[in-house]
Amino acid sequence: MNTPSSEDQVIAVFARTLGIDAGEVSDELRYNAIPQWDSIAHMSVVAALEDAFGIMIDMDDVIDMSSVGKAREILRKHGAAA
Amino acid sequence: MDAPVVLVTGASRGIGRAIASLQAMRGARLVLAARDGDTLHALAGELAAKGAPEPMAAPLDLADADAVAELFKQVFSRFGRIDGLVNNAGVLHEGLLGMIRAEEIDRILAVNVKAPLMTMQYAARLMARAHRGSIVNLVSIMGANGAAGLSLYAASKAALIGATRSASKELAAKGIRVNAVSPGFIDTDMTRCMPEVAHAKRVASIGMGRAGTPEEVAELVAFLLDDRAAYITGQIIGIDGQMVV
Repeated sequence: MNTPSSEDQVIAVFARTLGIDAGEVSDELRYNAIPQWDSIAHMSVVAALEDAFGIMIDMDDVIDMSSVGKAREILRKHGAAA
Repeated sequence: MDAPVVLVTGASRGIGRAIASLQAMRGARLVLAARDGDTLHALAGELAAKGAPEPMAAPLDLADADAVAELFKQVFSRFGRIDGLVNNAGVLHEGLLGMIRAEEIDRILAVNVKAPLMTMQYAARLMARAHRGSIVNLVSIMGANGAAGLSLYAASKAALIGATRSASKELAAKGIRVNAVSPGFIDTDMTRCMPEVAHAKRVASIGMGRAGTPEEVAELVAFLLDDRAAYITGQIIGIDGQMVV
């Protein structure tokens, strides 16, 4: 389990893209659990993660990215240091 | 602005080759996709020799979703963007009802419908970053009109017409245009191989009295890719010399 910190790039990307405070983002934060992370914002999150980590995420993983923790897992699978 | 990055599927021959050649001559950075790697690499070399930016040749089977995903990873890694997508690859199928195997339906729909749906999804993700992009799907006059013996092929093209219209509505707010080009009878290796009588019958059904050329289709696709068509989206544009089906 990753412990989020202010330097955590995954947390930073989510906070910046969703327009929320980094303190509100944890690995347990789930898709659609807050109004800011809806289906439209989801695509922006994916794009921001791809740009930040320099990878392109598979379609199935985009659909399966159901939480911040899951996003971290997917990024690791793609070889990104998340 | 940097030269646009344009992906053309089915680029190795016929209409796809003409589209790729015209885009190359206009300075686009091309990604050429098709199954036949040798022909693709030869075309890439030919276009580069004429002074075009070195195209990226990507031999793959578009029915393979993993291969499509890998293609877009390479595009992202090499260019970081995509400005134009031309879904030209398609398989023609002729067969009367009662003579079409279930496996054939799967194969035709995989190439003619599933593949363009997958490429549109990946391309739209990259295009949305820049809030601009143009997708052109090659359909067919048969998709809207149908013809005896073409139920499966026409169904696949009708599906792509529906996908084009839907995608245009979904992606307009992201600055991405989606149109389809609907050719009639075009002079390619495929049509030249038809029996003489059948060929003559088809040409006789065309008001202008001749088959179209791949270059004429390529010009229309080039227009739709270009900013000159910046306000055109969700359209199915026929190019058929007034062919009656």
